[in-house]
Amino acid sequence: MQRGVKVGAVKFDCLHTDDDQAYQKAGIPVKKGLSGSLCPDHYFVSNIEAVLEWGLNEGFDLLISESAGLCNRCSPYVKEIKAICVIDNLSGINTPKKIGPMLRMADIVVITKGDIVSQAEREVFAARVHSVNPTAIIMNINGLTGQGAYELSTLLFDQDKHIDSLKGRKLRFSLPAALCSYCLGETRIGESYQMGNVRKIKLEENHNGK
Amino acid sequence: MASKELLLQLSPVALLERFPYLESFFSTVMVKMEGNDNRPLNSILKDIEEQEAEDGAFDAESFIAQLQDYILQMQSFLGQDNEQVDKLTILPGTDKSGMPEQFDALVFEKSKITSIVGPTGSGKSRLLADIEWVAQGDTPTGRSILVNDERPTNDWRFASGKKLVAQLSQNMNFVMDLSVTEFLEMHARSRMIANENQVISKIIEAANELAGEKFSPQAPITSLSGGQSRALMIADTAMLSQSPVVLIDEIENAGIDRKKALQILVGEEKIVLMATHDPILALMADQRIVIKNGGIQAVIQTTPQEKKLLTRLEEADKKLQQLRTKLRSGEVLNYKDQ
Repeated sequence: MQRGVKVGAVKFDCLHTDDDQAYQKAGIPVKKGLSGSLCPDHYFVSNIEAVLEWGLNEGFDLLISESAGLCNRCSPYVKEIKAICVIDNLSGINTPKKIGPMLRMADIVVITKGDIVSQAEREVFAARVHSVNPTAIIMNINGLTGQGAYELSTLLFDQDKHIDSLKGRKLRFSLPAALCSYCLGETRIGESYQMGNVRKIKLEENHNGK
Repeated sequence: MASKELLLQLSPVALLERFPYLESFFSTVMVKMEGNDNRPLNSILKDIEEQEAEDGAFDAESFIAQLQDYILQMQSFLGQDNEQVDKLTILPGTDKSGMPEQFDALVFEKSKITSIVGPTGSGKSRLLADIEWVAQGDTPTGRSILVNDERPTNDWRFASGKKLVAQLSQNMNFVMDLSVTEFLEMHARSRMIANENQVISKIIEAANELAGEKFSPQAPITSLSGGQSRALMIADTAMLSQSPVVLIDEIENAGIDRKKALQILVGEEKIVLMATHDPILALMADQRIVIKNGGIQAVIQTTPQEKKLLTRLEEADKKLQQLRTKLRSGEVLNYKDQ
């Protein structure tokens, strides 16, 4: 904003979010969308066009869409639009391997909470992120002191890139799938209540690892 | 460099033979991609069913691109071991009010210690961020950083495995559930160093020398005392960290031999920066920089007088340590003990 870039934001979440207040406090116009019982990614992709339109009407130079990022199969990125994944050093050393498209397909991976773990753990965590997504720029950012935040900001805004419409654009990867009786409100347990896209755990394969 | 077409014609077995480090890359791929598979990649990729790819969040096109990138980066990572950073230079910028900083060029050399003093919020974080980002007049201070007297490449910003600064601060803790040896093994493997066991035992030995109380290689890292943790972090950072610069944010006075700690870092040819207000630590440095209002206000070479004072301070400190040890072992102190 100090560089005269007009910024707006939208926060997608599931049940509740206070993140919109954080944007507001920083003087950034913000909208929030709560998906309720729906997968927030599906909710995101069905609404992002309208959000972009809002952004265009407001005359923003930069529009940030922050997703809920609830499950490790989240995939909220659109092709050719800058994608950032934020994960923290405390999430566990195997977490990079557990996260799907949200990490694998990101352009920039921001790693936070590096101020409270050891240098060794930071290095190992970054190396693991790198082996999952070798093409991304990996940045360590301290959310408390802001160290690294300025540097990240220089990578966000591209003067020459404009997005007028999302129509026909594609997601980088398909969203988590679902359409079964439980999606539609079924609560009873039992084979006879399961309809649609249902999958069974393969117990006999479990003992040998995969 | 191997082209995508070539990579596609190789099997995982052949790939692992040529690029052993691909093991960790393959292990992150969630579709069937076994190391003992003799079929070329393109036929494996053809056999992956859509559902399987979907479930494993697998995209063949980006897989090949990332594979190629990974090999490229690993080759440069492994080849860069000889690329030493002997010297870091800061060219002045401005403070928060836009006033130019009053020095021509501030030089940090390997095996030298620089202390950083100044009140909280004076701009220490900004200075560190400038170094980490190898600022090129493109940060709020307008400072520029030279590496070995030259304008650095963008690699220092973006290449993973090539970070300029390692950090040690008082808030840091180990969070992993591993023994000391397992922990160091994991760190060593991520660096892919050759003489793993040798380095690990060297680190444990050095850490035990720093810590007042010794710990065993089998001890869980989360069970170490504050002093032991700090000692292990320092020894590990000195000997196993990839970064040529180490920034220390105060070293507490209890449970660790601070002078030895600095000697280990200096001995491993690190460039040491240390934010501190402790006179003993500040005077151990070769030079100190004073930060005020977001800018470097002065660069002071530690004077012979100060070095003399340091000797006396160290004597006093030693006496305090002795009293501490006596108290710990249950003795009653005498007035004469001081």
